[in-house]
Formats: sequence, C-alpha cells, structure tokens
Amino acid sequence: MKVEFELNGEVKEFDVDSGEILLDLLRDEGCKSVKRGCETGDCGACMVLVDGRAMTSCTLFAAQADGKEVRTVEGLEDELAEQLKESLLEAGAVQCGFCIPGVLISAYSLLSRNEEPTKGEIKAALDGNLCRCTGYVKQIEAIKETADSIGGSSNGQK
Amino acid sequence: MDKNKSDELNYDVVNKSLTKVDGTALVNGKPVFTGDYDYSNGLVASILHSPKPRAEIVNIDVSAAEEVEGVEAILHQGNVERVPHTTAGQGYPEPSPYDAYTFDSKVRYVGDRVAAVAGESKEAVKEGLDKIEVEYKELEPIFDLEESRDSSIKIHDEEDSTGIYDPERNIAANVDIKIGDPKEVISQSDVAVESSCRTQFAQHTPIEPHVTTAYLDEHERLVVKTSTQVPFHVRRILAQVLDMPIGKIRVIKPRIGGGFGVKQELLLEDVASLFALRTGRPVTMEYSREEEFNSSRTRHPMEVDVTLGATSEGKLQGIIMEVLSNTGAYGAHSLTVLSNVGSKTLPLYNKASDLHFFGDAVYTNLPVPGAYRGYGAPQGYFSLEVAIDKLAEKVGKDPIEIRKLNHIREGETSPIFEKLGEGKEGTVQHIHSCRLDECIDRGAEEIGWHARDEKQASKAHRKKGFGLAINMQGSGIPLIDMAAARLKLNEDGSFNLYVGATDLGTGSDTVLSQIAAEVLEVDLDDIIVYSSDTDFTPFDSGAYASSTTYVSGNAVEQAAKKAKEKIVRAFTDLNDEDPGKVELSDGVLIGEEERETLSEFALSLTSGELETDQQQIEASASEVPEESPPPFSAHFVELEVDTRTGEIDLQKYVSAVDCGTAINPNLAEGQMEGAIVNGIGYALTEEMKFDSSGRMTNPSFFDYKIPNTEDIPDIEVILVESSEPTGPMGAKSVGEIGINGAIPAIANALRDAIGVEFTEPPFTPEKVWKKMKDERE
Ligand code: FES
Ligand code: FES
Repeated sequence: MKVEFELNGEVKEFDVDSGEILLDLLRDEGCKSVKRGCETGDCGACMVLVDGRAMTSCTLFAAQADGKEVRTVEGLEDELAEQLKESLLEAGAVQCGFCIPGVLISAYSLLSRNEEPTKGEIKAALDGNLCRCTGYVKQIEAIKETADSIGGSSNGQK
Repeated sequence: MDKNKSDELNYDVVNKSLTKVDGTALVNGKPVFTGDYDYSNGLVASILHSPKPRAEIVNIDVSAAEEVEGVEAILHQGNVERVPHTTAGQGYPEPSPYDAYTFDSKVRYVGDRVAAVAGESKEAVKEGLDKIEVEYKELEPIFDLEESRDSSIKIHDEEDSTGIYDPERNIAANVDIKIGDPKEVISQSDVAVESSCRTQFAQHTPIEPHVTTAYLDEHERLVVKTSTQVPFHVRRILAQVLDMPIGKIRVIKPRIGGGFGVKQELLLEDVASLFALRTGRPVTMEYSREEEFNSSRTRHPMEVDVTLGATSEGKLQGIIMEVLSNTGAYGAHSLTVLSNVGSKTLPLYNKASDLHFFGDAVYTNLPVPGAYRGYGAPQGYFSLEVAIDKLAEKVGKDPIEIRKLNHIREGETSPIFEKLGEGKEGTVQHIHSCRLDECIDRGAEEIGWHARDEKQASKAHRKKGFGLAINMQGSGIPLIDMAAARLKLNEDGSFNLYVGATDLGTGSDTVLSQIAAEVLEVDLDDIIVYSSDTDFTPFDSGAYASSTTYVSGNAVEQAAKKAKEKIVRAFTDLNDEDPGKVELSDGVLIGEEERETLSEFALSLTSGELETDQQQIEASASEVPEESPPPFSAHFVELEVDTRTGEIDLQKYVSAVDCGTAINPNLAEGQMEGAIVNGIGYALTEEMKFDSSGRMTNPSFFDYKIPNTEDIPDIEVILVESSEPTGPMGAKSVGEIGINGAIPAIANALRDAIGVEFTEPPFTPEKVWKKMKDERE
C-alpha cells in the first residue's frame, strides 16, 4: 500500500506492507539513528517525532504515518537540537550512545513545549528512554543545562 | 563541570573531562553500530530455540523449511561439526569447561539452540523456523540448585566435554582455599555472626541486543563484524569451532551499544560465520529482546553464607565464606566468577587472619550465567557487608568504625591475593594506593551519616533508614591478560593510535587517547584512535575485569613513551645534536642547534630531501600486569519504608570512590553512576522469573523492570583520587566497582529502618511488607 508523509522535511511516498512497522521503514530509508532495542514500546531507542510528539516507531505501523510529519535525529539540526547535543556531550551523558537518539527526541520534544522544565518534568519526559550505561544523572543534567542556556539566550530576543 | 577534577595533579590532557572522541558521531545518530551497516545481497538469520528444558533431539526434519521461498540455508546438529568449546571469551587456555557445541543432540534449557535458518528476509526466516519439525525425547530437568549436586540426573553426560570438575554431581567448578583454621578461631572468638544471602537471576540488558554480521571478503577471508567485548577471543574461538586458521578470520568491533559482560561471550558469531561460509553471502543475525532475555547470559544466582569471628572490640579474626553458584546449563565463566566471589571481597578485610573460602558452581536446566559487571563480587559483598553490619551491632560499634578497624590499607597485603586468582593461584600483591578512609568520611559527610539519628521520616507511616557498604574490585587480571598498543607518526605531527582494547561505550578510546596525548605532549585532537580490529590493531584480551584503563592504559603509555624517544632520537641523529640534549615539549623539538615543530619535523621525515634518511616512526608496547591494584569505594544510602505498603523510597545514594587518577573525571563518574543505577535495579526490581518448566515468564522490558529516570534517587559520586604507582599516570580502573554497593547498602538501610534482615533481592514491596508482617506476628 502507498503512504505519503514528510520525512525530515521532505514529502515522500512509500510502498509499505500492511504489517510493516515505522521503525523498519525508517531504518530501510537510511535513518539509522532510529534504534531497535525491544520492539515492544518499552525502551525508547526507536523514538521519532511524529507531528512534533515523541513516539516509539516500533509501536506504529508505517501506514499510520500517512499524512504526518516525521522527524528523526538525522533531520534534527536546529539550534535547540544542536544545543542539546552539545550539552549531552559536555555533560558526559553519552556512553555507548545507543539510547541517545531516543533521548534527544524526548528532550527536544519536551523543550519545544516547555522551555523551563523542572528536574521532575525532565525525569517524567525521559521515563520512556531506557539507558543502561549512564544512570541518567548526566542526561538529566544536560537537559537542564540546555534549558538554562536556551532560556538565557532567548531572553530579551523574544 | 569538572567538580571532581583534582587540583593537585598537573596534567594537560589527562585528568580533564574532555568530551568523548566518538561523541559527535554518537550524538548525531550516525550509522556506527554493527546493525547499522547495509550489505548488498545480504541475508538475515535466526535461531530456533528449545522449548524444552532438557530433552534429546531424536529427529530434525528440515525438508518443509527448505521449501520455503527465500530460505537459503539451515544449520543443525546433523550438518554442523561437533566441537567442544566454551562460549566464554577468556584468555587462552580458558578456565571454563569445554561443554558447549554449536549445535548438539541435546538441549539443556528453554532457549538453548536447536537449529538456525538463513534467508532473504525476516519473514522467510520466520516461516522457515516454524516449519522445522523437531522430535524431542523429554528428559527430567533439574531446576533446584541444592538438589542438583545430589541428583541422579546428569546434565552433562556427553563423552566429549572436558574441564568439568565433577560431571557426576553436576559440579562445573569447585574452589576450596583455606588459610589457618578459621573454624577453630571463630569458635574461640568473643563474637561470631552469620549471614546467609541468596541472589536471583538478573540480566545485563544492554539496550543494543547482540548483533553480528559475517561475510567473506574479496579474498575469501571470513570477516565478522560484531557487538563484542572480546574481538581477539572471538577470533580464536571461531578458529577453533570452524576449524580454520586464525589468520583467515578478521573480527571487527564497531561502536557497540553496551555490554556489561554479556558480550564477553561467543553467542551468534559461530552461526553467522557458518552461514556466510556456506552461502558465500553476508549474513546478519540480531537477537530480539526476548531472545536476549532467554538465550544470552545472566548473572550467576548464588547462595553465599558468611561466618565471621571477632574480638569483643570488633577486630576480625576469622572469616568463612561458602558459595553455591548456579551456572545454569553451561559452565561459561563458572570457575572464575566463583573464585571472584572470594578473591575480590576477602582481601578487603585482611585483619582476619584465618580464612576459608569454598564452594561449587553447579549446573541446572536454566539459562546460562556468564560474565556480568562485578563478576561475583556483588554476590560476595552482599553477604559479607550484611555480616559486618551485624557484627557492628553486636559489639556496639558504628558501622563505619567497624569497617575502619578491619579494612586493608596502603602497604598491606592479603594471603588471598596469592592463593586465589582467576581459576588458578593468584599473585602476591601489596596495596600501593588506598584512600578508602577518605571515601568513607566524605561519603558519610555527604549523606549526613553522623546526624542520621536526628533525621525523621517524612510521614508518620514511614520509617527512615541509613545503610553503608564498602568494597574493592581489581584492575585487570595479573599475569594472564595482555594488552598492546601501537602509535604511528603522521606527516602533520598527528598520531594514529591502534589498540586492541574494546570501547563498549565506556569511553576507553577517549581515555587511552588522553594518555597518549599527555605523554606525547600533543592535543587530544592529534590522536586518531582506531580500536578492536584483529587485522589492524595489536592484541588485547578485551574489555572485562576492569582492565582497560589500567592494563591497556599502561600499554598506551609505554608505546607513547617509546614513540617519543624515537622521535627525539631521529631528530638528534638527523641534526647531529648531542644525544640527551634534545627535548620534545609542547609540540616542539628543541636541541642545542636546531628547533623545529613536531609537525615540521614529521613532514620532513617523508620528504625526498632526506633521501635515504626518510623513515616512518612507529612504536608499540605490550603490557602484562603483574598486579591488579584495587579501586576502593564506599556506598551510602538513605531511604524510607512505607510501613503500610512495604514500598521503599530510595532517597539518596552517595558513593565515594578511589580509582587512582581519574584520567577523565566525567567518564569515571559516568562509570560509577551507571553501575550504581544498575545495582539499584538488581537490588529493588530486577529478577528473571521462571515457570515450572523452566521457561522465563518475564522476558520483556515491560515485565523485567530496569530503572528508568523516575526510579533513581538523588545520586552523588565523589572521586577521591589517589595515585597508583603501577598505573598509567596513577590510574586504576573503575568500570565494575560501582555495582558492588547497592544491594548490601540497601539491605543494611532496610534493617536500620525496620529492624528486619533482607537476604533475597529484589527487595520488592511485597517482600518487604510480608517480612514486616511476619516480624509482627
Ligand atoms: S525499540 Fe521501540 S521502544 Fe524499544
Ligand atoms: S548510553 Fe548506553 S544505553 Fe544510554
């Protein structure tokens, strides 16, 4: 069946099988930032933005993306995204890095909605992103750091 | 951000929280993991796992499966050579029994291998697997650890397995070390205490499951790209099971998505390689999460009984530690993990003169334990540290005081170091660096230990508790493991650093590059690191046993020193300088006559103007450690127990660690934080559960709960730096130690809160509630 959606800024048509999950389609399309950690919606490694919301692509059929806007880390390059990446690196929040694309997606989605999240809000936004390496301490720190610096830079500009 | 950077050390690149050399690629989601590579004409393959805990395969009929469109090859015991080996990726000769076969005519646990199918698509492979007809003759299984030793059932009755300690009694491995007469000493001592703890099946769960691609290159050599911690051991074991020369195999480890020990094992590589050899096509195999749970590796469940004897002052005199370890269906790492339960714990309390450490690792028809961060130490410390707290209570001393009275110190040794090594005798070793007292003091201050009695629980129905545990680990395996490194000078003064060491996300590529940069007095950017490729990098045992920073780090330091010497010598010779009068400092070569930047000099070395004096400067070094200097740490927790529900609210976790010089403080903290949270999961939620037929009932992240962001307490890691004279720039390793503290510290805090002893993690609300209820009745 044919579906059409915007992938990382480009509207494309895809030929998909009825049972095909979005995760597989995206990886086949070369979006390797979308990771497979469980395929049951529990680890968050496969997260992408669907119409701006962080969703696990392993629990969506490719057909469900029809007409939507899908973004993966490959297409996440604006100032907020770059700032997040830098903070994650600086904080030492990236160990093996396998969870990181998903973490970025969740954090990006959070900070797009809420520029000044509390630590509790950050924890809640990331509770679907399992990371076995870092213990989350530095990931939470990095997101707070990004919020602070983005909040700081947008002060007065708005 | 460098709160843990030492002020006393004066390094330019080392002891700095520089960002990871592979960080930019990772944070941008670049295709750098094993499963991210695409292969033209590639096949995928999967394994048919046993649904039976113990059975003989009477017949396998693959004819229907072969007919499935897209199925290209099928492997099973009927068409694969039977080669006894161990899947444990350990130094050769391996201390684990050779009791595993690529495919066998018997299955020994639910999840064991039966057959494998390679095909054009996942769908074809799945259909192929479904169509394989297996006729099993079911055999009675054994699941109970205690019963296994006395059972008439023999789990490994095959003729060709070797190295099993006592197959008649299902004992894969045994250790028995005695120093003095602890039984007598304890019976004579003023106080004696006991503790008996029992740990569960728990899993590593790296977020990237096992994944491997095998293919033949243009010269028909076998190339295996795989998520492994031990590329060189994988190559050697592949050569053994495939009966191929080592030189015909190349193993490459790209970035890998976490390991924690579960990737110190040959799990998919043999099957993928066989398929690649038979089909001539690239074959990719990737475990699903469910397979990862059922059919990868776990931590050894254990029963550890500790008896301590001490003076009325609390000075330890004797320790007896008895271990019964469950090694599941196969004996991978059975002997060495068992040994480590004692060898990594007992030296900590070296004031006890008389010691007995003994136990068995016993087969059962359950999944296979293997290497897992801590490698037996967490199980040993659980019982030991609970016993130490009980001793403190008995002699009326603070838990801190009792530990300070008994722990090992600089300049001291323990007979255990010599008696108990990795599956054989160990090596004599003295402690050259130990700031454990400072770890304890700083941790105590941070958690508010000395004012803990004044702290009230937040609600009337809650009870507050504080707990402490101390521990040590090691840095590599002395006189067994080996690491090598090679440096090559490029024409612009940068260096290629080649290491066999395996970065499994820990940041070791970065740490090793920092060490090289420091010695060579160049920027981190001038070191281009390439690791873990058996064709191009020198040998390294691999990433396990907390070896990389210390063992591989020493190799890098030596190689860098040699490279520096060679550069200085070349400059001296070419410029007719006086030997000994040339220095390489801050990227500049300074002699009495000439002065040149390293980059100018490097370019000149390959310039035609030098004619026959042109040369490539390269240096390499091998390191075999003679000692394994332990890092030390103290762990403190503050928690509250809800007396109505049994729920534990873990509020604060403080850990102070002495890991020598932290080569990269941020990464060292990250190792601790990750290990602590892994330990918290082990203590509070994680448990593989089995039904009456040995089938795991919770093989998903939904049902097997590892901590997420909402589950972590306030965590504080304090690096208490010492300088280890045998380590690279004073460093010791820090990869494992952080996982040893959570269970005993939490158990001790629970006892402090509600006065009940907890001996069987995970400490779930149901268990806590039930224990409180039993206590009241
Ligand atoms: S792979 Fe989608 S949530 Fe784990
Ligand atoms: S960094 Fe390895 S899983 Fe998060």
